[in-house]
Amino acid sequence: MPVQGTLPVTDGDVLGTLRNMLRALLERGVVKAVLVPVATPDRRNLVPTLVSDPDLLAEADPIAPVMPVHTSRLVSQLTFTGPAEPLAVVLKACEWRATVELSKLRQVRLENVLTIGVDCYGTYKVLDYGAMAAAEENLTARLLEQVEPTVGFVWPGRELRTACRICEHFVPEGVDVTVGLFGVEARKEIFLSLADRRADLSALWGLEEREVAGREEAIARLREARLRRRDEAFAAIREQMRTPEGLLSIFSPCLRCHNCTVVCPICYCRECIFRTPTFDHASQQYMKWAGRRGAVRMPTDTLLFQLTRLNHMVASCVGCGMCEEGCPSSLPLTLVFRAVGQEVQALFGYEAGRSLEEELPLTVFREDELHIVER
Amino acid sequence: MAETFEPRIVAFLCNWCTYTGADLAGTSRLQYPPNVRIIRLMCSGAVDPVYILKALLEGADGVLIGGCHPGDCHYQTGNYKARRRVAILQNILRQVGMEEDRVWLRWISASEGKRFAETITEMVNFLKQKGPNPMKGTWAI
Repeated sequence: MPVQGTLPVTDGDVLGTLRNMLRALLERGVVKAVLVPVATPDRRNLVPTLVSDPDLLAEADPIAPVMPVHTSRLVSQLTFTGPAEPLAVVLKACEWRATVELSKLRQVRLENVLTIGVDCYGTYKVLDYGAMAAAEENLTARLLEQVEPTVGFVWPGRELRTACRICEHFVPEGVDVTVGLFGVEARKEIFLSLADRRADLSALWGLEEREVAGREEAIARLREARLRRRDEAFAAIREQMRTPEGLLSIFSPCLRCHNCTVVCPICYCRECIFRTPTFDHASQQYMKWAGRRGAVRMPTDTLLFQLTRLNHMVASCVGCGMCEEGCPSSLPLTLVFRAVGQEVQALFGYEAGRSLEEELPLTVFREDELHIVER
Repeated sequence: MAETFEPRIVAFLCNWCTYTGADLAGTSRLQYPPNVRIIRLMCSGAVDPVYILKALLEGADGVLIGGCHPGDCHYQTGNYKARRRVAILQNILRQVGMEEDRVWLRWISASEGKRFAETITEMVNFLKQKGPNPMKGTWAI
């Protein structure tokens, strides 16, 4: 059973309380460093930062509503070559879920990592966040004051990213430490849940063990609204994808810049076929195609790229939407990949990021299954 | 049009079973339609979806993946893995409005030359009924 309870917040300073938690980990030597979002000097953005000096946590913000980099990729960098010294990482729910996938893909090693998952009210595009932060100095605190129970964070004139608006997995499940914001009195207390294996941290942080009555209810309320929005969005994109014409209209602005694979936490391949000379054809070849078909779209192989990427990674897609953030053509990649991923994962009763134990669909098989695809 | 339409099939065959089966069909002088272009791979488990997709987007009317019968894979489990990949591919094709029944997965052993010839005949007839791949000649892909 996890150890659950609350931590009092002094003077309404939620961020101060969270920073003190991280500070205690460093000062007591529980970990050697903490990976946490820290504000840039101009405070218009945050970047994941590996902090070993407790004094440099002053600008850390574990709940800021922006995700310039998917931290799971960094957890991979920090642990890939083997267990390092003890390390704590602060992750939003989707960052944790991608970390789970990467762990099963052997790109992350969690042996020496203290995972701290934070309840997520959603994130804004980097540029939106910059504009919001320019207008409001204590942005995170202001946002926490005006959470809309069926939406998440709200801010006049700005909308959460598509991925966040339809995200039902905003509570991290299976982390060592859950930092909870749902169902507690905002700015007065923080909910903490410690997995059995890290019950030792209860004393370090002075956890007040108790039940938090409203938490499940608050989570269910937001989840229900998000699922409704998600299903509406899925229905719309499925309607559009139903025909080859619709598919082409979705993907035809693709430049094959491969940025989606650069920012995707699941696309971990060191060598991707689309970033090799495989598709750099001989000059005459393009002329030949143009002659045969009457015309050929350039750059070529964009639809091939998108469909192949779907096949390669969608079974592990956690729906973080970073692909769409990285896309210079603003393709609706979040909806396409999430909608397609939902059905593909359902084929194997799998849900990406749900558990470290469930086996990846493409690494295992049953002898007696899927006879429907045999002709 | 339907009378003159001759489907083109790209077949990815595993070295140990289906390719040898196709070879047997030839050495046994079995007749089957000449609509198939065979690509030999070491295992059906080595067929990446990108090969199948490339064939379909380039206008192949059908793609056949041939592997050893379950339990007979030269590499123990490659064909089971191929089956999962094809299941995912077909699911995705269906979701994006492409015809997943142009992709066939069939187990044909090295001794089943007759089954190979029958498979090609069956697939050609099926594709003639179905008509040409709508992706053929689409410049926008």
